[in-house]
Amino acid sequence: MEKSHQYSPNDSSAVIRIDKLNKWFGTFHVLRDLSLSVKQGEKIVICGPSGSGKSTLIRCINFLEEHQEGKIIVDSIELTGDLKNIDAVRREVGMVFQSFNLFPHLTVIENCTLAPIWVRKTPQAEAEQLAMEYLERVKIPEQAHKYPGQLSGGQQQRVAIARSLCMKPKIMLFDEPTSALDPEMIKEVLDVMVDLADSGMTMLVVTHEMGFAAQVADQIVFMDEGQIIEQNTPTEFFDNPRSERTKLFLSQILSH
Amino acid sequence: MSSPKDTPNVYTAARPPPAASVGLIGWLRQNLFSSFSNTILTLVSIYLLSLAIPAVLDWAFWSSQVSGDNRFDCKVEGACWAWLDQRLGQFLFGFYPDGERWRVILAFVLLFAALLPWLTTGVPGQRYLRWFSIAYPFIATVLLAGGFGLEQVPTDKFGGFMLNLIVGLSGIVLSLPVGILLALGRQSKLPLIRWLCIGFIEAVRGVPLITLLFVSNILLPIFLPPDVTLDSIIRVIIMVTAFASAYMAEVIRGGLQAIPSGQYEAANALGLNYWRSMRLIVLPQALRISIPGIVNTFIGLFKDTTLVIVIGLFDILGIANAMVSNPDWLGLSTETYVFVAVFFFVVCFSMSRYSMWLERRLSGQRH
Ligand SMILES: Nc1ncnc2c1ncn2[C@@H]1O[C@H](COP(=O)(O)OP(=O)(O)OP(=O)(O)O)[C@@H](O)[C@H]1O
Ligand SMILES: [Mg+2]
Repeated sequence: MEKSHQYSPNDSSAVIRIDKLNKWFGTFHVLRDLSLSVKQGEKIVICGPSGSGKSTLIRCINFLEEHQEGKIIVDSIELTGDLKNIDAVRREVGMVFQSFNLFPHLTVIENCTLAPIWVRKTPQAEAEQLAMEYLERVKIPEQAHKYPGQLSGGQQQRVAIARSLCMKPKIMLFDEPTSALDPEMIKEVLDVMVDLADSGMTMLVVTHEMGFAAQVADQIVFMDEGQIIEQNTPTEFFDNPRSERTKLFLSQILSH
Repeated sequence: MSSPKDTPNVYTAARPPPAASVGLIGWLRQNLFSSFSNTILTLVSIYLLSLAIPAVLDWAFWSSQVSGDNRFDCKVEGACWAWLDQRLGQFLFGFYPDGERWRVILAFVLLFAALLPWLTTGVPGQRYLRWFSIAYPFIATVLLAGGFGLEQVPTDKFGGFMLNLIVGLSGIVLSLPVGILLALGRQSKLPLIRWLCIGFIEAVRGVPLITLLFVSNILLPIFLPPDVTLDSIIRVIIMVTAFASAYMAEVIRGGLQAIPSGQYEAANALGLNYWRSMRLIVLPQALRISIPGIVNTFIGLFKDTTLVIVIGLFDILGIANAMVSNPDWLGLSTETYVFVAVFFFVVCFSMSRYSMWLERRLSGQRH
């Protein structure tokens, strides 16, 4: 079956609906009339040249950036300036950053239990048990009582993934999760992400790891100058890129 | 299998380091005699100390005199400590009634129980002691000022080092939270709050504390209901706190700026609201970075408590000033001021050592 890739505003099965999103940084128009819809369980890989607005787009989805025009609806909650809605969306959306952003003054397990305890009001013992489960899933249970500074980059990023998962999000956002890593650590993080994808998580991943994209993505979104230039299944995207800009980008990224 | 005999010597057994690099000799070599110029400096320093230390000890102790009714009884070359016998009580307690001074001493002893659970971890009964700390300001106020069956002591009888401690500690305990709020307010997205905080910080920092104390009786009533009059010690505490918190706010702002924006973003992305992300993520890191500056402000504040003299209170320095202008003890200013200095030095040096210990302990958690 051909997967539908066209945006349709009435698609009620979508867990993320972005409609004519516009955002400016000062006078710089960073996202331009951008529309995208993501279904439950779908994995979307976003790629594009530097400065095309990929990070800005996914940061808008959990309101780390505020948009000026258009609609973003996550899990049927519309993101407006309303703090209640923002909190509700952030509880459902996990985010993994390029620079890990672990809390250096807390141990690995404290990093993982902090939000469940304070935001979800999970009892401490239960939160710790949950954290250990996820740390096992990312294959570093033995590091639970170390501080982030004592771990390698790959281990830190896996802790960051576990920390997000501990909030039991419905959607996971990844902003170039492997680009701050040494090559030998990229695989251990991608393996965890593939595993997560297999478990049915809805994922939006900004990455230039085209192997990963080919393996797990349902859709690949190519962005340039704040717009979606092309959106397609991996096979179509790699074999029959439609626009010249996509071809150029692919030739650059696949040449090394 | 090969016998040990014909295996080549691959591994070298661990040996202790050469004697000259460890222990006392090693320390001396590394620290005092590591080079020719270092050796010269060490020898010169030893020579200077050998001149100074015996002279000071001789003046303060060996050739000093402790008995006598006035300075004319002191016949010695060295220090005249004869006044201690008459005046020590005043230096410590001001004009607090003799029979009630045990209350001050009790409050002072309880102070340690109140401070301990906040200064370190692993104190037995820490949880309960913290409750006690919260009650301590009320307990101390009753002990010092009276009430609940204790004889009332008007605050104009407070004085001496006790006054420095009351003002200094209240200022220290209050200026940290106020400073944190001002620092956060200064970064607020709400312009009104930001402007108020910047205005307060700049206004208070731009004026000497002594002028703030002078104008406190004109300034404070503006913010109070008309018929409320403030005790002068409370007034001083408010002014000293306001002054120190303006500096504190800037010190903490420095710490806040050192926290990468990714920390705020990660906290937000996890759903922590503003106050929780500040309390759990940002402030623990920012305060840790700011410890040297915070303690610096505390030390400055404590020494500034001597300025209470300008509004007619007699702290330890005020008592000392009064004594050296008394005809009986005229001319003993060296002894008196050295004595006063020792009190301040002990308190300030303890704060400084504590902060160094705290920094070292916390740095163990970060790599
Ligand atoms: N806070 C900001 N203020 C002003 N301009 C910004 C801000 N954040 C991003 N920009 C600009 O917006 C544009 C898009 O940035 P964004 O980080 O979304 O790009 P990106 O596609 O993620 O690029 P990269 O691959 O380099 O991460 C860039 O030109 C960037 O300079
Ligand atoms: Mg980016």
